[in-house]
Amino acid sequence: MFVSYKWLAQYVDLSGQTPQELAEKITHAGIEVEGVEIPATEMKNIVVGYVKTREQHPNADKLSKCLVDVGEEEPVQIICGAKNVGAGQYVAVAKTGAVLPGNFKIKRAKLRGEESNGMICSLSELGIESRLTPKEYAEGIFNFPNDVTPGEDALAALNRDDAILELSLTPNRSDALSMIGVAYEVAAILDRDVNLPAPNPTESEEKASDAIQIRIDTPKDNPIYIARVVKNIKIGPSPIWMQTYLMNAGVRPHNNVVDITNYVLMEYGQPLHAFDLDRLGSNEIVVRRASEGEKFVTLDDTERTLSADQLVITNGKEPVALAGVMGGANSEVHDGTVNVLIESAYFEGQIVRAASKAHSLRSEASARFEKGVDPARIQAACDRAAELMVELASGTVLSGSVIAGELAIESKRVSITLEKLNMRLGTDLQMGDVEDIFRRLQFETETNGNEITVTVPTRRGDITIAEDLTEEVARLYGYDHIPLTLPEGTVKPGSLTSYQLGRRVVRRYLEGTGFNQAITYSLTSAKRASEFALEHRAPVALSMPMSEERAYLRQSLIPHLIEAAAYNNARQIPSVALYETGSIYLNEGENVQPKEEERLAGIVTGVWHEHLWQGEKKAVDFFTVKGIVEGLTARIGLAERITFQKAAPAGFHPGRTAEVLLDSESIGFVGQLHPTISKEMDVKEAYLFELKLDVLLNASREDLAYTAIPRHPFISRDIALVVDSTVEAAALDAVIKQAGGTLLTSVRVFDVYEGERMEEGKKSVAFALTYADPEKTLTDEEVTAVHEKVLAALKEQAGADLRA
Amino acid sequence: MEQKLKELQSQALEKIAAAANLKELNDVRVAYLGKKGPVTEVLKGMGKLSAEERPKMGALVNVVRETISKSIEEKQELLEAAAIEQQLAQESIDVTLPGRPVKQGSHHPLTRVAEEIEDLFIGMGYTVAEGPEVEQDFYNFEALNLPKDHPARDMQDTFYITPELLMRTHTSPVQVRTMQKHEGRGPVKIICPGKVYRRDSDDATHSHQFAQIEGLVVGENIRMSDLKGTLDVFAKKMFGEDREIRLRPSFFPFTEPSVEVDVSCMCGGKGCSICKGTGWIEVLGAGMVHPNVLEMAGFDSNKYTGFAFGMGQERIAMLKYGIDDIRHFYTNDLRFLKQFSVHE
Repeated sequence: MFVSYKWLAQYVDLSGQTPQELAEKITHAGIEVEGVEIPATEMKNIVVGYVKTREQHPNADKLSKCLVDVGEEEPVQIICGAKNVGAGQYVAVAKTGAVLPGNFKIKRAKLRGEESNGMICSLSELGIESRLTPKEYAEGIFNFPNDVTPGEDALAALNRDDAILELSLTPNRSDALSMIGVAYEVAAILDRDVNLPAPNPTESEEKASDAIQIRIDTPKDNPIYIARVVKNIKIGPSPIWMQTYLMNAGVRPHNNVVDITNYVLMEYGQPLHAFDLDRLGSNEIVVRRASEGEKFVTLDDTERTLSADQLVITNGKEPVALAGVMGGANSEVHDGTVNVLIESAYFEGQIVRAASKAHSLRSEASARFEKGVDPARIQAACDRAAELMVELASGTVLSGSVIAGELAIESKRVSITLEKLNMRLGTDLQMGDVEDIFRRLQFETETNGNEITVTVPTRRGDITIAEDLTEEVARLYGYDHIPLTLPEGTVKPGSLTSYQLGRRVVRRYLEGTGFNQAITYSLTSAKRASEFALEHRAPVALSMPMSEERAYLRQSLIPHLIEAAAYNNARQIPSVALYETGSIYLNEGENVQPKEEERLAGIVTGVWHEHLWQGEKKAVDFFTVKGIVEGLTARIGLAERITFQKAAPAGFHPGRTAEVLLDSESIGFVGQLHPTISKEMDVKEAYLFELKLDVLLNASREDLAYTAIPRHPFISRDIALVVDSTVEAAALDAVIKQAGGTLLTSVRVFDVYEGERMEEGKKSVAFALTYADPEKTLTDEEVTAVHEKVLAALKEQAGADLRA
Repeated sequence: MEQKLKELQSQALEKIAAAANLKELNDVRVAYLGKKGPVTEVLKGMGKLSAEERPKMGALVNVVRETISKSIEEKQELLEAAAIEQQLAQESIDVTLPGRPVKQGSHHPLTRVAEEIEDLFIGMGYTVAEGPEVEQDFYNFEALNLPKDHPARDMQDTFYITPELLMRTHTSPVQVRTMQKHEGRGPVKIICPGKVYRRDSDDATHSHQFAQIEGLVVGENIRMSDLKGTLDVFAKKMFGEDREIRLRPSFFPFTEPSVEVDVSCMCGGKGCSICKGTGWIEVLGAGMVHPNVLEMAGFDSNKYTGFAFGMGQERIAMLKYGIDDIRHFYTNDLRFLKQFSVHE
C-alpha cells in the first residue's frame, strides 16, 4: 500500500510530523513502513510552460520548434521530439539548468542548427513508471488538464513533491488498505482526530429504482449489493490532483468516472465498479454463480472460461462482470458513456480469491474483497463516488440507492481485566492508561470495576479476542516500555537426550579425523532419489515441484555427497573428506507420513595423509573409510558388535565393498564408489560409507565400567599362516579367538602376502597373538598349551599351515 | 720392584691421557689392570718377597692400581661427555620445517549456530525437541491457527506431497507435537532446531531449504516481559554483551501479540551497510502463544500462557560471520567449510 502524505493530511492533521518521522512512528506502532520516497528530491527547476507556437523544425522531420512561456519576460525556444506537442498546451518544462531523475542535467543545446533552451517533459521523464501514466500521454509529453500558470512549480502541480510511504501490511491489517484506515491508525499514534468525508450527493427527482432492479441469487456469496445511477455524465480527464494522487498510490488514471471509482477504492478501501448503463443490455442486475464453461470477455479484452465456483454479475442473461475481480468489456465505461451505474457490494473473500487465482487476475479490488471489506463503508463509498461524479463529471445522481440483500453492521464487544492484561504483558498499567489507548483508537469502552469492555468498530475485523486487545495496548503503549524479566518458578536443568548427545559425539569424532560436515538438499531428482537406497521403495514425490532437480525426497545421503565431492574436485581440490548426518525419507504409502530415518554418510577422495618433504603421501583407499567406521563404532561403544562382510550393492565397487552389520542387522555399507559412476559424475576415485545413525545411536551403550589394569606380564606369539587365497582374515581371526579362549587377549594381523614366493592360489597371513592372565604370570608351558590348540584349530577349520 | 711399579704407573697414565675414545681407554684398562696385565704380574711375583717387604709392596701395588683406575674413570667421563656432544651435533635438525600434519575437519556453520543456541537455552533449563520434516497439514498449519482458507497461508508457499502431507514450512509443528505430549500440563520449555522448506527459487537471499531454530515456553504466568528478557539474554550471548534488542509489533497467526525482534547493530547505531543505516538488524519473530494454539494442543488458555520465538539459522550465521550468500551453506565448498574448523 502506497500512502501519499499530502492525501493523508486531508483526513488527519500531520502538522509537525515530517514524512520520515511519521514513517518511523507508524512502523513502531505495528505497520512496517518499508520506505519513504519523495520523487521531487532528485529533480529541480521544472516549471509549467504554455506552448505559444509550434512549427516544424526546418532541418528535422520529427522535431518541433516551440515558443514556450515559462513565466519569464520572454518566451523561450525549445526543440521538442514528442509527436503530441502542440500550441495551446500547458506542459512541464525542464528549464536550462534543470535536473531530472538519474541526475540528468538539462543544458542549452543546438539541435540540428536550432537553439533549444530546455526540454518539454513526458511523465516518465519526471520519474513516473510508464505503467502508471495515462495511456494518452504514455507515448509523448504530458498536458495539464486544468488551470495552471506558466512559471509555477510543475513538480508541485504534479504532486511530485509529495512523500510516498510504502506500507508493508501483514494479513491481519487489511484495515490499512485504505486512506481512511491509515488515517485512523495515524490519528491513534499521534492522538489526533480523524476528519472523514461526509458524502451527500445532490439527487434529482428521478428514482434510481425506476432505472435499475437488482436480484441476488446467491446471498451467501454476495450478501449485499448497492447501486446508484448517475446520468448525463461528461467523460473527460479527471483533475490533476486526482490523477496525481492515483499515480502516487500506484493506480493508472483513465478518465473521470473510472478514476473516481479508483479514488474512492483507495480512500475507503471499498472496491467499486462503474458500468455503462446504456451498454448493460437490460435494466436489471442479477448476481449468480457462473455456469460451467460459460465464456466471458473481461475489460482487458481476454476471453475467460468460467466455472461454477465463480460469481458473476449479469444483466439477467449474460455476465457483465466477474464479481470482485474485473468488469466486462461489454459494459465498460468509454469516451461516449453518458449514464453510469455504480456498484458497491460485499463479495465473500473465498469466492473472489478462487476466481482471481483461477484467472491469475489480482487487482486492487480482489485484494480487498479477499481480506473482507468493512460492511460499514459500502453505502458511504457508493455515495462518495456519486458525489464526485456530480462534482467532476457534471453528472446527475438519481434519487436513492438500489439495495439488494442486507449485511448487518455489527460491532464486536471484547472484554479483558486489567489484571490479565498486566499479567500477559508484564506491565503495571492503570485502567486510565488502558482507556486512553482505546480512546485514541476511537474504540468505545465501558469499564466495570477491573474489567474493560471494548466495542470494536467493523473496520478492525482483526480484533476478536482479549489477546487482540492486549496487542493494541502493547503496541500503542510501546514495546520499549515493557520491562525485561525471565520466567519465574523452579527451573529444571535442561539437557540433550542421550541420542542428541550421541549425534554430537559422532560429529566431533568425524571432524577430529579430518571430515568436514556437509549439509545437502533433501529434495532431489527422480534418478538420484533411488540411488544408493538401502531399501528399495518408490521415492516420495512432491505434488508440484519447482524443478525436476528438486522433485523427490532422498532415500540416501550419498548422491548429493558425491555431487559435493565432484564440485570440489572440479575446483582444484582433489582431496575431499565430507560427511553428513540427516534424514532420508521412506515411502509408507499414499497419504501416510513417510518414515524418516537419520543417516550418517561420508565420502573421501584424493590423498588421505601427506607430509611431502618427508616423502609421505598416502592416497585414500578402502581401509581409510573402514578404519574411520571402526573407530566410530568403537567411540560409541559398539566395536564388539560390529562386523563387516563382503557385499556388492548397486553403485559400489563389487570387489571393494563391505556390508556393515550390527550383531546380525545390516546397518549400511562401506566401500569404493563404482568406477563407472565416478567417471559419470566427474569425481575422483572415491570411498564412501552410509550408516543407519539412528540404529547405531539407539544401540550405543551408556554404561561404562572400569576394568583393572593388568598387573602381570603378557606373552606374545607371532604366527604366519599359509591359507587358500579365498580365506578371509576375519575367518582366521574367529578361529583363533575361539580356540584361544580367555587367555588370548588380543589378535592382530601384521602381514599379508600373496605373490611369487607363494604357491599359486595361496597366501600368507601373519598374526600377532597376545596371551595374559589377569590373576597370575603365565608360564611358557601354559601359553604353549593354548597356542598349540590355536594352531590345531587353524589347521582343522581353515586348512591353515604354519609358514615354513 | 718398586721402580717397576712406578714405571708401570707412569706408562699407564700416559696411555690413558692418549686414549682418544672409549675403546682405546678400555684397552688401557685391560692392558694394565686385567688378569694378565703387568700389575697383576707384579702381585704374582710378591710371593718371592720377604715377610717384611710383602705388606709394604702390597700397599704400593694398591696405590698404583687405584691411581690408574681413578685416572681411567676420569678419562671415561670426559670421553662419554664428548661422545654425547658429538651424537647431539649429528642429530641436529631444521626445526623450522613443517610438522607432520594432523587432520582436523570442521563442523558446518549452521551446526555451529544451532549448537551454540541449543547450549545457551539448555543452560536456561530448556530441552531440545525435534520432529519430522514431512508433516501433516494439521501440525504445520491448522494446529497453529492457520485453517485451510486462512489468507496467511499465502505468506509461505508450501511444497505439498498430498493435500494432507507437506514439507514443513517452519519448525513450529514440533511445538505442537511437544505440547500434545505434555497433555495439558506445564511447564514446557523447548528449543527446536531443524530443516524447513519453502517454494522459493534459490538465489543469494532465498533457499528452498533452510534451517530454523525456535523456542517455546508454556507455563503459568508467562509474560511478554519474559519473552523480552529471554531474547535480551540470547542477543547478548550470541552477538555481544553490548547489544540490545528492540521489539516491533508484527503479525503471525500463531502468536498474539506478535513482534519482530531487532538486535542493535555492531556499528553501534552509527549506521552501516549491514543495518542499512538504521542501527538495527531484524533477527527473529516472536510473540505470546495464541490461545487457539494452546487450546488445540490441549492446554487451558485461561490457566496457561506462553511465548515462542523463531529464527533462521542462516540469517544468524550470515550476521555472525559476515556471509553474503545463502547458497554457500548448501554448496559444501571446502574453501567455505574449512573456515569453520577454528574454535572461537
